[in-house]
Amino acid sequence: MNVVAALVAVIGMVIVVWFGVGVLKLYTLFGVLVPYAALLTFLIGLIYRMVNWAKSPVPFKITTTCGQQKSLPWIKHSRLESPANNFEVVLRMALEVLAFRSLFRNLRADLRGRKLYYGSSKWLWLGAILFHWSFFIILVRHLRLFTYPVPGPIKVLDAVDSFFHIGLPHLYMTDVAILAGLTFLILRRLVDAKVNYISHASDYFPLFLILGLISSGMLMRYFLRVDLVSVKEFVMGLATFHPKAPKGIGVIFFVHLFFISALVAYFPFSKLVHMVGVFFSPTRNLPNDNRRVRHINPWWEGVPPKFLTYCEWQEKFKEQLEQAGQPIDEDCYKEKKS
Amino acid sequence: MALPKRDELLKDVNYDRMPSKHWMDTKPEFRPGTYCYAAEPSVVEDLGLPNPRKWQPHDEDWKLPPNWKEIVLNAIKDRMERFRSFKLFMDICVRCGACADKCHFFLGTGDPKNMPVLRAELMRSVVKGEFTRSGKIFGRLAGARPLTYDVIKEWFYYYYQCTECRRCSVFCPYGIDTAEITILAREILHEIGVNIDWILKPVRFSAFVGNHIGLQPHTIQENIEFLLDDIEEITGIRPEVPINKKGAEILFVTPSADFFADPGIYTFMGYVLLFHYLGLDWTLSTYASEGGNFGLFTSHEMMRKLHAKIYHEAERLKVKWILGGECGHMWRVVHQYEDTALGPAPKNLEVPKSPITGTVFEHAKSTKIVHICEFTADLIAHGKLNLDPSRNDHLIVTFHDSCNTSRGMGIFEEPRFILRHVCNNFYEMPENTIREKTFCCGSGSGLNTDEYMEMRMRGGFPRANAVEYVHEKYGVNRMACICAIDRAVLPTLMKYWVPEVSISGVHELVGNALVIPGEKKRTTDLRFEPLKGVEEEA
Repeated sequence: MNVVAALVAVIGMVIVVWFGVGVLKLYTLFGVLVPYAALLTFLIGLIYRMVNWAKSPVPFKITTTCGQQKSLPWIKHSRLESPANNFEVVLRMALEVLAFRSLFRNLRADLRGRKLYYGSSKWLWLGAILFHWSFFIILVRHLRLFTYPVPGPIKVLDAVDSFFHIGLPHLYMTDVAILAGLTFLILRRLVDAKVNYISHASDYFPLFLILGLISSGMLMRYFLRVDLVSVKEFVMGLATFHPKAPKGIGVIFFVHLFFISALVAYFPFSKLVHMVGVFFSPTRNLPNDNRRVRHINPWWEGVPPKFLTYCEWQEKFKEQLEQAGQPIDEDCYKEKKS
Repeated sequence: MALPKRDELLKDVNYDRMPSKHWMDTKPEFRPGTYCYAAEPSVVEDLGLPNPRKWQPHDEDWKLPPNWKEIVLNAIKDRMERFRSFKLFMDICVRCGACADKCHFFLGTGDPKNMPVLRAELMRSVVKGEFTRSGKIFGRLAGARPLTYDVIKEWFYYYYQCTECRRCSVFCPYGIDTAEITILAREILHEIGVNIDWILKPVRFSAFVGNHIGLQPHTIQENIEFLLDDIEEITGIRPEVPINKKGAEILFVTPSADFFADPGIYTFMGYVLLFHYLGLDWTLSTYASEGGNFGLFTSHEMMRKLHAKIYHEAERLKVKWILGGECGHMWRVVHQYEDTALGPAPKNLEVPKSPITGTVFEHAKSTKIVHICEFTADLIAHGKLNLDPSRNDHLIVTFHDSCNTSRGMGIFEEPRFILRHVCNNFYEMPENTIREKTFCCGSGSGLNTDEYMEMRMRGGFPRANAVEYVHEKYGVNRMACICAIDRAVLPTLMKYWVPEVSISGVHELVGNALVIPGEKKRTTDLRFEPLKGVEEEA
C-alpha cells in the first residue's frame, strides 16, 4: 500500500508534466514558475525549520559518549567519540556528516536457539555513502550549466567523474553509483522485514522521487538527447533572474526539472531535513565536558529547586538522630532565630 | 503466571517475522510479567502528582481525567518548546532501521514496537497527526495518527519497556536518543496520573526520608555497624565510618542499596576498607543518603528535587569536595544534569584534589564530584595501594559496563585499570557487547520490580548471553559492575540464564585485594567465601 501510493505519486508527476508541457504547452508554468516557487518554498521552509529548532533551548548537555572520557591525564581519551572540547566536537561532527560514522558501527543480531550472534553489517553504510556522496557530486557537477565560463574545479570534477570514457557521451561514475545506492535503499525497505514494517509511504516517496530525478537526467544525457545549448541558455536565464520560457527542449527535460522542484519544495517539510537537523543534534554536537564546564538551562536558571532541606529533615528525625548519637546541627536553630 | 523456563522463553522470538497487521492497528496485551503495577493513590498524593486514584494497567478503564487529551497535547507542546532534543528527534528520523535490532527489549521479545525507531514513532505519529497539517491530510501515509485512549495505553506499555540505556543512540546516524523520548513520554504520562508504583515509592522515600528504601538515620548506622562487624571478623580491623561529620574533607555519596542489600554491601565494605587504608578524612551523610535518583525516571523536576540534597549537605558540612560511589543512573545525573540543575557548586567546595597523590581532578573542576573509580585508579597509578590480586584468584572476572556510565559519561578505562590490578583473571566479553555497545541489565530506569520478571529476563537476555559466552570460554564466575541497579538485578538475571556467575561491585574486589597494615591473615573474601589455596590447606 505504502509503496504503491508513493509510486503512484511519482508516476502522477510524470503524467502532469507530460500533459502540461507536451499537450497544453505550459512552458512558462513548468519552466519558470514552478522552479522559482519551489526554490522559494525551499528557502523559506528551511529557514523556518532551523529557526523553529533554534527557538527551543538545549536545557541539558546530553552528549552520547561513545568513547573514553577525558579524566585522568594518563588515560587517553577518545577525541572523536567523547570530544572534550568544541574543536573535538567539530571533528566528531565532521566524521558523522561526511563519513556516516555511526552507521559504520552497524551490527546485525541473529538469534539461533537461545544464542545471540552479532555480525558486522556495513551494507547500509555503503548504500548510504554511495547515494549521498554521488548525489552531492552530481549536484556540484550541474554547476557547469549555471556558470559561464565553467570554473576549472568543476571541469576537473566532470572529467574525473567520466574518467573511464565509457560510451558517448561518457558515462559518469556517480550516475552508476547513485543508481546502485538508490536501488539498494529501495530494495532494503522492501525486503528487510523490520525496515519494511516501519516504512511509511513518506519513506518510499523521496526514494522514488529521486529515482525519477536520476532516471530522467540519465535518459536525457544518454538516450533522449536534448539540445544542451538551449538547456544551458534557459538555465542561465533562470539563474540570473532573466528567465525566458524555453522552447525546443524535449518534455523529458521538464520532467527532470519538475522532479527537482518537487524535491526541494518537499525537503523542508519532510524527513529529508535530517541533512540540516543532524547539525542540531544535542547528543552529537556537544562536548563531553559536563563536570568541567557548567551548562546553563534557561528555564531553570534563577529558579531554585524545592526540596526537603537538612534542617527540616533534622526536625523530622531528631529523636532517631539523638538516639543513634549522630550530631544535631545547632545552626538550624540559629538561623531560625535570626 | 509462572516465568517460562530458560530454554523456552525465546522460542517465539524471530527478528525477521513481523505481524501482518499495521503497527497502528495492534494493541498491547497487558499480560502479567510484562508490565509494572500502578502507583498507590497515597504515594501519588504525597508527591503532589496529578490524579491519584486506584487503578491498574490491566483495567479497561484507567480513570483518566476527563480532559486527558487536552492535558497530553499541552504537555507535548510544552516539551517541544523546552527541549530542542524532543522537537528535533520528532522531525529528523528517516526510519533507516539501524537502531532496530540494537535494543535489548527487541532482542528479547521480537516485538516490533520495541525497535527504538518504532518506540519513538509511537510518539512521533501523534505529534504529526495532531500538530501538522500534512499529518492531518495524509494520515497513515505520512506516518500520522490521532491521539486516542489506546495510544495512552500503548505509550505506557512501551515507554516502560525502555530502560533509557541509550544504546540505540550510539548507532543512530543522527544521534536520536530514545532515552530522551522515553524520559519525556513518562513525564507527559505523569500529568494524567499514569505512573508505576515501583518508581514512585522510592521517589517518595527519597523525598521525605532521604533514600529509596526509607532507611532512617539510625537504621543506616546500625546496618553499617553490622558490616563493620563482618569486616572485623574477616580482617581483624574495625574501620571507622564517620557520619554527618562537619568539616570533613570529603563527602561520600553512594546509592543506599550499598548500605543494606546483598551484594552491594560487599562493595560498601570495599569502600570502607579503602578509606581506612588511606586514612581519608571523609564523612557519610544520613541525610544525603542516596546517590540513586528514581526522580530521573519520573520527571526532570523530580530528578532535580531529589538530587538537591547532595550539594545542600556538602554546603552544610563544609566539605571540600564530593566523592561518588558506584552507581549507574546516579552518575548520569551527576555527570550530565547536576551542574546544570543545581550548580554552581556551593562556594565552600574546591576543585577536587586527591589528598594522597595530589592529583587535581581538573575534569571535575566545576561540579566538584569525582567518581570513586577515577579516585582509585589514580591511587593505583601512583602506586599508593598495596594490593594482593591473588586474593581474588578464586574468581574469574568479567566487567559489565553500565549503560549510564558508558553512554552518558564515558568511564571505560578506570574500572578496567582497577580490575587488572586487583585480580589476576580478567576477561572481556565480546566487543559488540561492552563499552559504548554494552547491553542493559534489562531492569534499569526503575523497572527492577518482581511483577515485571518475564520482561526483565527478556530484556537482560543479550547481556546474559554475552556472560554465558565468557563463562563457557574462560570459566568466568564473577561479573563486576559499577551500578547499584546492576548489583540488585543481575544476580536474578544470572540465576535465570547463567547460574554459575555471581555479581559484585569493583570496590568489593579492591577490598579483597587491599593489604592493610595490621590486618590478620585473610582466609575468606568479604563474602566469607574461602580464598583459593585456603581450602586445600584446611
